[in-house]
Amino acid sequence: MAEINRDDVAHLARLAHIDMNDDELDRMAGELAVIVDSIKSVSEVAGDDVPATSHPIPLSNVFREDVVGETLSNEEALLGAPDNADGRFKVPAILDGE
Amino acid sequence: MTDLIHFSADTLAQKLAAKEVSAVEVTQAHLDRIDAVDGAINAFLHVNTDEALLVAAEVDKARADGDTLHPLAGVPIAVKDLIVTRGQPTTAGSRILEGWQSPYDATVVRRLRAARMPILGKTNLDEFAMGSSTEHSAFGPTRNPWDLDRIPGGSGGGSAAAVAAFEAPLALGTDTGGSIRQPGAVTGTVGVKPTYGGVSRYGAIAMASSLDQIGPVSRTVLDSALLHEVIGGHDPHDSTSLTDPVGALVEAARMGQVEGMRIGVIKELQGEGYQAGVLTRFHESLELLRSAGAEIVEVSCPNFRYALGAYYLIMPSEASSNLAKYDGVRFGLRVVPEGTPTIERVMGATRAAGFGDEVKRRIILGTYALSAGYYDAYYGSAQKVRTLIQRDFAAAFEQADVLVSPTAPTTAFRLGEKLDDPLAMYLNDVATIPANLAGVPGLSLPGGLADEDGLPVGIQLLAPARQDARLYRVGAVLESLLEATWGGPLLAQAPEITQSAGGK
Repeated sequence: MAEINRDDVAHLARLAHIDMNDDELDRMAGELAVIVDSIKSVSEVAGDDVPATSHPIPLSNVFREDVVGETLSNEEALLGAPDNADGRFKVPAILDGE
Repeated sequence: MTDLIHFSADTLAQKLAAKEVSAVEVTQAHLDRIDAVDGAINAFLHVNTDEALLVAAEVDKARADGDTLHPLAGVPIAVKDLIVTRGQPTTAGSRILEGWQSPYDATVVRRLRAARMPILGKTNLDEFAMGSSTEHSAFGPTRNPWDLDRIPGGSGGGSAAAVAAFEAPLALGTDTGGSIRQPGAVTGTVGVKPTYGGVSRYGAIAMASSLDQIGPVSRTVLDSALLHEVIGGHDPHDSTSLTDPVGALVEAARMGQVEGMRIGVIKELQGEGYQAGVLTRFHESLELLRSAGAEIVEVSCPNFRYALGAYYLIMPSEASSNLAKYDGVRFGLRVVPEGTPTIERVMGATRAAGFGDEVKRRIILGTYALSAGYYDAYYGSAQKVRTLIQRDFAAAFEQADVLVSPTAPTTAFRLGEKLDDPLAMYLNDVATIPANLAGVPGLSLPGGLADEDGLPVGIQLLAPARQDARLYRVGAVLESLLEATWGGPLLAQAPEITQSAGGK
């Protein structure tokens, strides 16, 4: 089983969109190494013959009638947004260097 | 009117129905108590004074008019701040949602409103319910009413402490790996994690969707049953909601009968790592159940030793996905960094500033477990362990009607004691996690005080999926037998809360 190092944590933090400074990366790498070490036995327990359980109480084909139900109004949907304009969420630039 | 706060929800309901007290008096008494002690306890993040009194006044008027009311109408309740409510902030204990108000009510909150139960306010929790001590709240820790220097458990430490400190007769919690039951254990209160799907999760801010479950927090087994019947039952807004009727839980609690029942002691959930005083009280409870006519058998669940590891792969994986929505666009905090603020840089800065350390740890761990090349070894393996744990439960329930264990391996530890050691913190949930992985219901009730520190010990009961009624049936018997030995409720032995002892 692979170990987790500081470079891994930096990569994962980028994937997860969480800025981390050097101190945080050092600390997080140390803590996660201990945690990963303690849980790695899990990968050695079950053989190929054991099916995976994704949900504790399986339900299938949960449908509803295809009709409009309760929805939020435009105002309600925008109520908690940090910024909005013209009845829409307003976001900063998507691309750099414009 | 201070005596009103010491009554159970069931007693309050009877007194309200008999018009011995008014809903306004009951609600005001609890608001006064919050005012008097919550500076020391910090159970509440928001107190909903005006709305609570308004609902109470409406109940009093309806009763005076002779309207038919729900039995719990006018009985106040506190709600964990992970559950969304219109008209009050919902923070999930996080800076990233500070000041946010939900545009809709959770289904359980709608049901409280339908029963006309005044909502006293929103209770403190570990950020996004990630923790076992409530110390990971962005708004300061909650303190244990038994000892203000100790943790009230977590993540639902606010709900448990509010009920233990007589600030509310009832509360709602959420339980992903023990967040209702472990706080119940360390505060000397009752907490129930229903069968997965038994209570709608619609409006509970998701941590790990295949594990999360809303449930009741109270001081008596019967009170939890009363609340469970209010909030339980099918909800089309939650596609994992079971279509079964909620069941006769109150009847089971009132009947309370264990004669001829087989109660299984889980071999793997005792011994090493368990505090001596916890085990002493646990064995006393077994003797009491035996004396009441139950047959005590030992069962083995050999794969439970892998439950903690599987949980700390599945939970962070699901959490990392669920928490991707906090992106500074649709709700909550937005931090705009200096320079050219592209959406990616805004997200990175917002999530860095808005999330606390434990949330970041779990997001990173989950991102790791789900990443290409590791998915099969980690997340896939953990899901297989989940199957093995379900099989352990199935085998155990062939030998026993109900299983029993200590709820937590120790009594309440000191604030700060495990804050720098995430792994030590995770071990608090070793006995509660298997139920979440398998979806089975669990109840924790007070089992007495540990000899070495005088702090509450919790006894956990577990039943097969959809058999929540058994928890109430057995729990009510054990509670009455224990209270007979104590000469009253355990909380009667809790110290007076003095404002000066704690303070925010």
